[in-house]
Amino acid sequence: MAESTPSFFVRLFMAFAVFWRILLDPVFAMSVRRLRRGQQARKTDEIAEAPKPRLTEAEPNAALQLLGLLQQEGRFIDFLQEDVAAYSDAEVGAAARVVHEGCRKSLTQHLAIEPIRSEPEGTRVTLEEGFDASAVRLTGKVVGHAPFTGSLTHRGWRVAEISLPKVAAGHDLAIVAAAEVEL
Amino acid sequence: MSEARYAVGIDLGTTHCALSYVDLERSEGEEIAQDLMLVPQLTTPGSVEERPLLPSFVYLPHAEEFAASDLALPWAQEADVVVGELSREVGARTPIRLISSAKSWLCHPGVDRRAPILPVEAPPEVPRLSPLEASVRYLRHLQAAWNHLHPDQELATQAVTVTVPASFDPAARELTAEAATAVGLDNLTLLEEPQAALYSWIHDTQGAWREQVQVGDVILVVDVGGGTTDLSLIAVTERDGSLELNRIAVGDHILLGGDNMDLALAHVVSGKLSARGSKLDMWQLQALSHGCRHAKEALLANASVDAVPVVVPSRGSRLIGGTLRTELTRDEVTSTLVEGFFPEVPADARPTARARGALTQLGLPYAQDAAITRHLAAFLGRQAGATEALDGFETTATGGSFLHPTAVLFNGGVFKAGRLADRVMGLLNRWLEADGAPGVRQLTGADLDLAVARGAAYYGHVRRGSGVRIRGGTARAYYVGVESAMPAVPGFEPPVQALCLAPFGMEEGTEAEAPPQEFGLVVGEPVRFRFFGSSVRRDDQAGTLLQDWPEADLEELEEIQATLPAESRNPGEVVPVHLQAAVTEVGTLRLDAIPRSGAERWNVEFDVRGS
Repeated sequence: MAESTPSFFVRLFMAFAVFWRILLDPVFAMSVRRLRRGQQARKTDEIAEAPKPRLTEAEPNAALQLLGLLQQEGRFIDFLQEDVAAYSDAEVGAAARVVHEGCRKSLTQHLAIEPIRSEPEGTRVTLEEGFDASAVRLTGKVVGHAPFTGSLTHRGWRVAEISLPKVAAGHDLAIVAAAEVEL
Repeated sequence: MSEARYAVGIDLGTTHCALSYVDLERSEGEEIAQDLMLVPQLTTPGSVEERPLLPSFVYLPHAEEFAASDLALPWAQEADVVVGELSREVGARTPIRLISSAKSWLCHPGVDRRAPILPVEAPPEVPRLSPLEASVRYLRHLQAAWNHLHPDQELATQAVTVTVPASFDPAARELTAEAATAVGLDNLTLLEEPQAALYSWIHDTQGAWREQVQVGDVILVVDVGGGTTDLSLIAVTERDGSLELNRIAVGDHILLGGDNMDLALAHVVSGKLSARGSKLDMWQLQALSHGCRHAKEALLANASVDAVPVVVPSRGSRLIGGTLRTELTRDEVTSTLVEGFFPEVPADARPTARARGALTQLGLPYAQDAAITRHLAAFLGRQAGATEALDGFETTATGGSFLHPTAVLFNGGVFKAGRLADRVMGLLNRWLEADGAPGVRQLTGADLDLAVARGAAYYGHVRRGSGVRIRGGTARAYYVGVESAMPAVPGFEPPVQALCLAPFGMEEGTEAEAPPQEFGLVVGEPVRFRFFGSSVRRDDQAGTLLQDWPEADLEELEEIQATLPAESRNPGEVVPVHLQAAVTEVGTLRLDAIPRSGAERWNVEFDVRGS
C-alpha cells in the first residue's frame, strides 16, 4: 500500500520526536545511522517484516523413484513416450489398461491418497473463515469475505501417507527402466 | 534357555512365506497382542520394500547380472542369491536361474533332497541348491528380517512354530525341522497347516467359537494353497465339561493348487491369442497368468460381469500396438476352473490315476487328476470310520458311505473366489443329503492368505496353557516291513509282514513301546528296511504284526536306514536290535535302534536320497 508523503508540520513534529528518541534510545540511534548510510532498518519487534518468499528445489530422487515404480508396474513412461496419434482407440485402450492397472497398483501400494472434501461433487459447501487456501481453491466470482458458499467442482486429493522403497546407497535412480538384452 | 518373549509363527509356503508373532508379555488368555511382520525384501534391483508376504523363490544371479549395491539388504548377507519379490520378478525372465516350489521338492520321494538339484532346468554353469538349502534360505531371510527389527530379541531365542502340510510324511517333516535347526531355531515346533488355519479362526472369534461348534461336530478344513491341497478332519469332543478339538484324519499329499488354476486359465487365453496368430513367450505367459488371476477373482465375485478384459503387455518399449488384448469370459472360467477343478461328482467318485510313462522327466509328481472334489470324495470315503472310537458321534457318521462333516473351514487364496467355496459347500450338501445326513455349515472369518502364519503364532501362545489346543498326534500309524522266513522261490518275492512301530495318534514328546521282534544290523554297513504308513488303521498298537492287509490300508513310504558305527565292534558283525518309535517335542517322528544290552541308541534315518 503506497503511503502519502508527510506534510511540513508533520515532518516538524517528527523531527522533534526523533531528536529526543535518538538521544534516549541507543538502539533507535543505531537504526537511524544505518538509514543515513542507505542500509535497511534493522528488524525490530514493532516492525513485522514481510517474510521473504523462499523457493526450494524439490528433491529429485523421490520423483525418479516414483517414476521408476510407475514404469515398472504400469509401463508409464513407455506409454507417454509413444505417439498415440498413429494408433486406433482400441489399441490405445488396450495399452491404457496395462497402464491403469499397474500404475494404480503402484499408487495404492506406496501412497495413501484420500479426497480433501468428502462431499459428492456438485453439492454446495460452505468455507468458514480461516479455511486452508492451499487445500481448497476458490474460483469464479471470488469477492466478499468468508464464509464463502459455492458448489464443489473437484473434491481434491491429498496424499496422507507415503512409503517409498528404501534405496541402496550408490544406486542410480535416474535409470527408471533398465535396457533388456535377452541372451 | 531363557524365557521367550514372542511366540512366532512361520508359514513356510510353496509360493509365499509369512511371519506373524504374539507378544507373550502383553497377552493373557484370549487377549492377544498379535502382529504380522512386514518382510523387507528387494523388489527391484537396488530398492528394498516391506511386504506382508515373502514370495518363496530363490534366484541365482550371474556374477555380472547385478551391481554389488543392487542386492543390498538392510542387513549384511551373502549376496550369492536373491530371495523374495525381486527373485520372482527376474526369474520370470530368466527361468533357468530360478528355484520355485522348493517345498514340493522337499517331499518328492524320487530325488535326493540334500543334493543340489534345483533349478532342475539349469545349465551346468549355474550353481544349484538342494531343496533343503532353498528352505534354509527362506528361513534365513525371515530370520535376518526379524533380527533386524528386534535386535535384542533374536529369533533363535523365541518360541518358533513352523507350519507343514498335514500330508507331509515323516521324512519331509524331519527335513523341515532340519532346515529350521540349520539357521539356529532350536526352540521349534512343527504345526500342520490346516490346524493353524483352525487356530486362526478360533482366535478371530475371540472366544465365541464355543457357541459356534458343539460336541459331535466334525470340522473339515479344506486348504488349497498355491501349490498343494491339504485336507484335515477335526472332531469336537468334550472332556471334563469343556470342549476339545481332535484332529482325527489328514488327507494325502496332493500337488495341486491355485497356481495350477491360474496357469490353466492362462493356457485357455493364450490358446485364443495364438488362434489369432500371436505367440506368447514364457514371460508373457507369466504376465498372462497374473492377469487371469485378477480376472478370475472379478468374475467369480460378481455374477453380473460376463467378461473381463485381459491384456498382455509387450516386452519392448512400444506398449501401444505391441500389447495384446483379449478377454476372459464367465463361460471359460466356469468350464476351466469350476468344472475342471471342482466338478460335480458323486460321493463315491475317486481320482483317476493314469499310469505314468516310463520315461517321465525328472519333475514334480503333480496330481494326475485335477479334480479337487474327487480327491475330497476319496478322502471322506476312506475316513468313513474316523469317528468310531469317539464318544458322541454314533449318530453322525456311522452307517454312511463316507464321513459326514458338519462344518467346513476354507483356507488359501483360491477361495477368494467365493463361487469355488460355494461349489464345494453345495456338493458336500448333496452328498450328505443322499446319505440322509444333515447339511454342513461354513465357518467364516479367517484371513485366507495369512491365517496359517497367524494361527501358528497363536498356537505358540496356547501351548503355554492358555486357550484350547487341538489334540491329534500323528495322523498315521507307522510300520516296518519284516520278511517272513520262508525258503526262496524263484520269481516270487517273499511275502512281507508289517510290524507296527508307532500307533495312530502318538502325541508329541511320547515314546511307543519297542516291539519284541529283533532285527539284525550289520556293523559299519547301512541296513535298509521297508517302511509303511496308514491313515486309517487306528487300533494297531506298537508290536502288532500284520500278515496281510487290505491294499488301500497301508501306503509304502520311503525306506528307512540304520547304520551302526563301528566304534567298539568289528565291522561286519551282526547286532540284534529292537526298533522303537518316538515323537519328538518338535513334532517329528524318531526311530531308534536299541541293542539287546539296551545301553545305546542309534538313530534310524528316513532315506531322503531318492530311489
